[in-house]
Amino acid sequence: MDRIPILKMGDCLLVTIQVDMHDQLAVSLQEDLTAQIAKHAARGVLIDISSLEIVDSFIGRMLANIAAMSRVLDAQTVLTGMQPAVAITLVELGMSLPGIRTALNVERGMELLRGYIQKDDGLQESDGSEE
Amino acid sequence: MSSFHEVIRKNESSILAGWIAEMASTTRRSDLMGDVELKQQATEFLRLFTDAAESSTDPHSEAFFSTREYMKEIAKSRMEQGFTPGETALFVLSLKQPVFNSLRDALKSEPAKLVTEIWDVGNILDRLAVQTVDGATEFRDQVIVRQQEEMLELSTPVVKLWDGVLALPLIGTLDSARTQVVMESLLSAIVETNSQIAIIDITGVPTVDTLVAQHLIKTITAARLMGADCYLSGIRPAIAQTIVHLGIDLVDIQTKAKLADAFALAQTRLGKTVVNVKSAAKSTSKHEDA
Repeated sequence: MDRIPILKMGDCLLVTIQVDMHDQLAVSLQEDLTAQIAKHAARGVLIDISSLEIVDSFIGRMLANIAAMSRVLDAQTVLTGMQPAVAITLVELGMSLPGIRTALNVERGMELLRGYIQKDDGLQESDGSEE
Repeated sequence: MSSFHEVIRKNESSILAGWIAEMASTTRRSDLMGDVELKQQATEFLRLFTDAAESSTDPHSEAFFSTREYMKEIAKSRMEQGFTPGETALFVLSLKQPVFNSLRDALKSEPAKLVTEIWDVGNILDRLAVQTVDGATEFRDQVIVRQQEEMLELSTPVVKLWDGVLALPLIGTLDSARTQVVMESLLSAIVETNSQIAIIDITGVPTVDTLVAQHLIKTITAARLMGADCYLSGIRPAIAQTIVHLGIDLVDIQTKAKLADAFALAQTRLGKTVVNVKSAAKSTSKHEDA
């Protein structure tokens, strides 16, 4: 059974979905990704879906779940490169994915992720100094 | 004993002359159409008409197919030239007078036959005249559909305001079909220009009801899913009141009163600012002096 590769870049994880997602693939991605976040203590997750052309409500819910799970594991999730047709489909399905941060492409997404991680670190340091 | 088509064939040239004279006195529009073209159309019509009438007197039959097609063609070309549908119908109807005259001369001795023939030819010509009106209406409908499509495309321009900032000035009422076009053109423009911020300006939207608001929210959410921020601007005071009275929830959407305000916000978000070149130059020169 094929799996979606998860690449580690510093303290971030990079997932690029290059094939059309079927349900089993989405479930295994969810399991692999949570395991990898825990293993590497990743601070950020970037999911690129620029090659994804078909989504249904299940895949939409899976993406929302992955973001929520990453947040529990203290990793920020950014979804990048969504196609216009996919965006329209998700909106028509009533899934606006409120908890997910988005960016136009991987480059912007990485910038955004670094920004969040730095902000988080800054907050923790300032919290420490106040005590 | 002779049918009307034989009479017409026998007196073709006199009928044609009578027809053109008749048209000259009633509906002739020499400003729109030359004599040569008119004569050509009249001759062609008379020929098709007599040929068809030889085999049938039913204007809806197969025999009249080419005549009906020719009528449509005439209707279309005349609409393009600027004739009204009524004038085009009169082109056919004014043939009655000369044909009836010829029939009267030919069938003097048989009043019963005369009446039947006049009824037949009158009936056919009436139907064909109706055909021209149908053709004209069809042509006009096509024009309307084409113009609607063009308006739909023209009415949703996506403008690039700055590097990474798009604007979408909406003018006119938003319905479902138009929102779809708006949404698609905005999202594809975001991908093409790689823009982070899109401003939807609704200054030209006359009314905002719950349906329009729903459409706007959908568009903004879709843009957000793609990774672009969407601001809503050009909300007139009356519309702000309506939105609140209707209980439409726009809290998740960044709204601004004017397009300029939204653009200023976009600049701030992109970490850019607009400065006055003259005063900036002065202050630097002052620093140099000091």
